Amino acid sequence: MSELLRLDNVACIRGDRLLFENLSLALNPGAALWLRGPNGAGKSSLIRLAAGLLHAAAGTVERRGRSALIDEASALDPELPLRRALDFWARVDTVDGHAVDRAMAAMALAPLSDVPVAMLSTGQRKRAAMVRVIASGAPIWLLDEPANGMDDAAQARLVMAIAAHRANGGAVLLASHFALGGDDLAELDMGATA
Amino acid sequence: MTTLLALFWRDLRRAWGSGALWLPVLFFLLVATAFPFAVGPDAPLLRRAGGGMVWVAALLAALLPIDRLVRPDRDAGVLDQLAVRGIADEVIATVKIIAHAIAFGLPLMIALLPAAALLAQDAARVDVLAVGIAIAIPALASLAVLSAALTAGLKGGNAIGGLLVLPLAVPLLIFGAGMLDPSGRGAMKLLAATSLLLTMIGPFAAGAAMRGLRE
Repeated sequence: MSELLRLDNVACIRGDRLLFENLSLALNPGAALWLRGPNGAGKSSLIRLAAGLLHAAAGTVERRGRSALIDEASALDPELPLRRALDFWARVDTVDGHAVDRAMAAMALAPLSDVPVAMLSTGQRKRAAMVRVIASGAPIWLLDEPANGMDDAAQARLVMAIAAHRANGGAVLLASHFALGGDDLAELDMGATA
Repeated sequence: MTTLLALFWRDLRRAWGSGALWLPVLFFLLVATAFPFAVGPDAPLLRRAGGGMVWVAALLAALLPIDRLVRPDRDAGVLDQLAVRGIADEVIATVKIIAHAIAFGLPLMIALLPAAALLAQDAARVDVLAVGIAIAIPALASLAVLSAALTAGLKGGNAIGGLLVLPLAVPLLIFGAGMLDPSGRGAMKLLAATSLLLTMIGPFAAGAAMRGLRE
């Protein structure tokens, strides 16, 4: 397959509730798909399914290459300075410090390198999570509400990062309840499938 | 390998950060200090009962930090992030067990000397205690990570955690304290066998429990 991510007729059950079924999608290199829909439509569950964190009740999920995930948890040690917290994930992803430097510059976080993660605001923490995603070098980005708490400038940087990633042949699955810009986004309305 | 080393150092740093290094040690010494006051200053009695007390204190010291071993990683999304990277839960559990064994085991071995002195243990018995506890440390760490993984999804899981692994820890106590008995000749081999078994079970059981946290 040439797709980076492919979901075939997947169904997802959380608790006793069927969130969605017969859902198929495929992301080629350079593709991006915006999952939209009301709260509880299953956007986050679909992202977690694509990440392999949930098992599909039916259907298959295939990934080609590594994936990087943003969800509601930042997964950065609160007691550490931001840079050291990000360096931990750089070591886990076996990428060098320059990748973190570039990603921090892309999200304009370089001035906050020495600030403990616990002192960061919600939006700054989302930007830090985005730095981890950019620095990881993974071809598949799974972004669950990445822009929550971000100001307009940070959102613009996020849109730019997504565009740059697609230009490099990456794929993006984006769950967001509001439009993030970027004109050629494919859409999947989860409200319609539920 | 870089990945696993990064995980290991992070666990060790978090275990020893902000003075937490001394917490199990202080707890261990607290029990050793309180016990003579409770049973009275009768040296022969202390000598006989003190060895067992060291074992109980070592077990409780291992279980003391179980609410810090898995739950914070789960709540912060660290376990999810590692799973996305395809790192097996069993591997994460193994790294956590090794890190915990070192994080609490090293200070415990050091604290053993003053504790044994407080409990009127002579040099020969201190040697036996040191060997026995050193053998049991991997198993104690394994049990601690297992109970931490099993209770990470529960509210107030810390209290249940101790109860949960108690049946598994009993053989360690029996054979460990049995080593102090002059007639307990095979106790050390049985302790080593028990410790090996528990250490082997830990990564798989804890890994399965951590996988269950995601569903």
